[in-house]
Amino acid sequence: MTYNHRARRALYFCAPEPTKTMDLQIALLLGQDGIVNGAIYALLALALVLVFAVTRVIFIPQGEFVAYGALTLAAFQAGKVPGTIWLLLGAGVLVALIDATIAVRGGGLRRLPRIALVNLVLPGIIAGLVFWLEPGKLPMLAQIILALAVVVPLGPMIYRLAFQPLAEATVLVLLIVSVAVHLALVGLGLLFFGAEGSRTTAFSEASFQLGTLTVNGQTLWVLGASAVLIVALALFFGRTLYGKALRATAINRVGARLMGISTTMAGKLSFTLAALIGAFSGILIAPITTIYYDTGFLIGLKGFVGAIIAGLVSYPLAAAGAILVGLLESFSSFWASAYKEVIVFTLIIPVLVWRSLTAHHVEEEE
Amino acid sequence: MKLKSLFAALLSTAAVSLAYADINVGVLVSATGPAASLGIPEKNTFALMPTSIGGQKVNYIVLDDASDTTTAVKNTRKLLSEDKVDVIIGSTITPNSLAMVDVAAEAETPMISMAASARIVEPMDAKRRWVFKTPQNDVQMSTAITEHMTNNNIKTVAFIGFSDAYGEGWWQEFSKIAEARKLKVVASERYNRADTSVTGQVLKIMSTNPDAVLIAGSGTPAAMPQKTLKEKGYKGKIYQTHGVANNDFLRVGGKDVEGTFLPAGPVLVAAQLPDSNPVKKSALDYIKKYEAAHGPGSVSTFGAHAWDAGLLLANAIPTALKKAKPGSKEFRAALRDALEGTKDLYAAHGVYSMTPTDHLGLDQRSRVMVRIENGKWVAQK
Repeated sequence: MTYNHRARRALYFCAPEPTKTMDLQIALLLGQDGIVNGAIYALLALALVLVFAVTRVIFIPQGEFVAYGALTLAAFQAGKVPGTIWLLLGAGVLVALIDATIAVRGGGLRRLPRIALVNLVLPGIIAGLVFWLEPGKLPMLAQIILALAVVVPLGPMIYRLAFQPLAEATVLVLLIVSVAVHLALVGLGLLFFGAEGSRTTAFSEASFQLGTLTVNGQTLWVLGASAVLIVALALFFGRTLYGKALRATAINRVGARLMGISTTMAGKLSFTLAALIGAFSGILIAPITTIYYDTGFLIGLKGFVGAIIAGLVSYPLAAAGAILVGLLESFSSFWASAYKEVIVFTLIIPVLVWRSLTAHHVEEEE
Repeated sequence: MKLKSLFAALLSTAAVSLAYADINVGVLVSATGPAASLGIPEKNTFALMPTSIGGQKVNYIVLDDASDTTTAVKNTRKLLSEDKVDVIIGSTITPNSLAMVDVAAEAETPMISMAASARIVEPMDAKRRWVFKTPQNDVQMSTAITEHMTNNNIKTVAFIGFSDAYGEGWWQEFSKIAEARKLKVVASERYNRADTSVTGQVLKIMSTNPDAVLIAGSGTPAAMPQKTLKEKGYKGKIYQTHGVANNDFLRVGGKDVEGTFLPAGPVLVAAQLPDSNPVKKSALDYIKKYEAAHGPGSVSTFGAHAWDAGLLLANAIPTALKKAKPGSKEFRAALRDALEGTKDLYAAHGVYSMTPTDHLGLDQRSRVMVRIENGKWVAQK
């Protein structure tokens, strides 16, 4: 035995515990975990790119919709009335008051019935359904639709209250307002749902054997639903008039307005979509993980890293970036769990350096 | 006219001196932010405390520190300078309490912390003279766990904890005691309270095949590693810390947390304690009061830490009142001395007997091993 061998053996016995090597089984499991999380980040990254492209708002409260969607559904299943219903009614009344005042001052009395219908009657009907139907006893699909009906209208209402009056402001002002909205929504979330987390029942308890890998049904639901949603968004932007209007607004606000596209409509529509994507993502992951009133922020932030990789413009790149974040997170939690977040968020730095070196920098006209 | 204004002036001075006679208790809890699940039951508990002690009116001024150290220090200064409090109870978590030690000592005002770490009252020095605490030290709980492990023939343990002060504190205490007791720690993993997946950490733990896993987290987030362990087919014993002792943990954990062992304050299983246990009566007393106000099953061990702080005060204030008037420097010093002189006080979490070097004053009567059986906490012999 040479000196070298002996030293190595001595080292082996002195070392606290040799690092466990990764076999194929573990790599597959980690890969599966990373892709599922990545799929959710991808959905949020798409929503962030959409909102930023159309309204120039970096939508930090995106994550709150994840928590609101999941916790509203969990409240239904626990037989409680979710606090979000009061937020919906309150925001509706506020929007109706503001819009009605503007309509009356501007002499547009004919707009009043529509304002009342959208902001007062519809939330009222949704609240009525929640109170009288005992949503916990309904089939899963009906519960999900009802939870979405409670949370999604909050998107356009938030746009109306917080962002529409500032639509022409700078990106920085919009970002500051965005942070304020985020803080307000997190605080309300604590008030509505309490500090402890909740889970919802799984869409399906089935699990499949794929070689040596066990895949449970909910995982497939997350992947399938994410894929469907992404394709549906692609079709929406490519094939429908509203989708094209959003794209036009994203490319050139003034030009779009000259062509008769209302930027207010575009803003509200993009926020509706963002709220829908957020709430639905929350409902998808709530059976796999415990959701807290403030869980959304971190999930949203990881979606944001994905969106940054795409420079906040490209949808396919954002989705790919988000999946990369999911995989990186999963594998780093195996290798160095204490540094997981550091590794994930440090990813931004090389990406930013690379982007600023390669991309043509366009000065914003501010 | 003159007489009238004189009368008014007299009245107002009387009112001022009356206000000064009140005892002002400044309370700082983490009712929002990451520690909200601990801070909210504490906050609720202050509403149940006596409003008059030793014939004096007691005002509780409750502020929130949002689980944030800077806010905790800011609000402590506010309580001291604006509300002229005689004593401070708070905060919920260790980092905040440690930061407040300097502020309280500087103002020569006694402070009772509701946070776990032993570092808040140890080692005793000129500043910590003013500081007391009610929750059991981490080291007491770690000892209980390692004792239980060695008694049950466990040789290898894996550790997974929060990547914050709570997890790190446990890791330091537990790894030290485990080594002394010849337990082999085969893995040490971390995760975040807000993580949506711990698959990576759990796979790593399972690849080391430990006899038991210790999860050092608090509240419902501590259920996640356990659910993942069960999902991946782990068959060994699972230990949790006293941080999970509330009913939300059972709700979220469901059938996956069956058979879990944890050390906890006696208040968690008060009804199951033998009548000979001195803590039973005082613990049940708190549970009855809390559940009368917030509904059956709503009580948690965290609120009981606040209750115990209140009991310490109620016990010390009459002694201090004999020496000085509330609102004065002398009263605060007398209150500190009286707190330090606490002897055999039966509270919800144990029996407090303080000394000049021990400002916690709890012994082994302050902990029991508990097992989760059929969704209930069951005390172990």
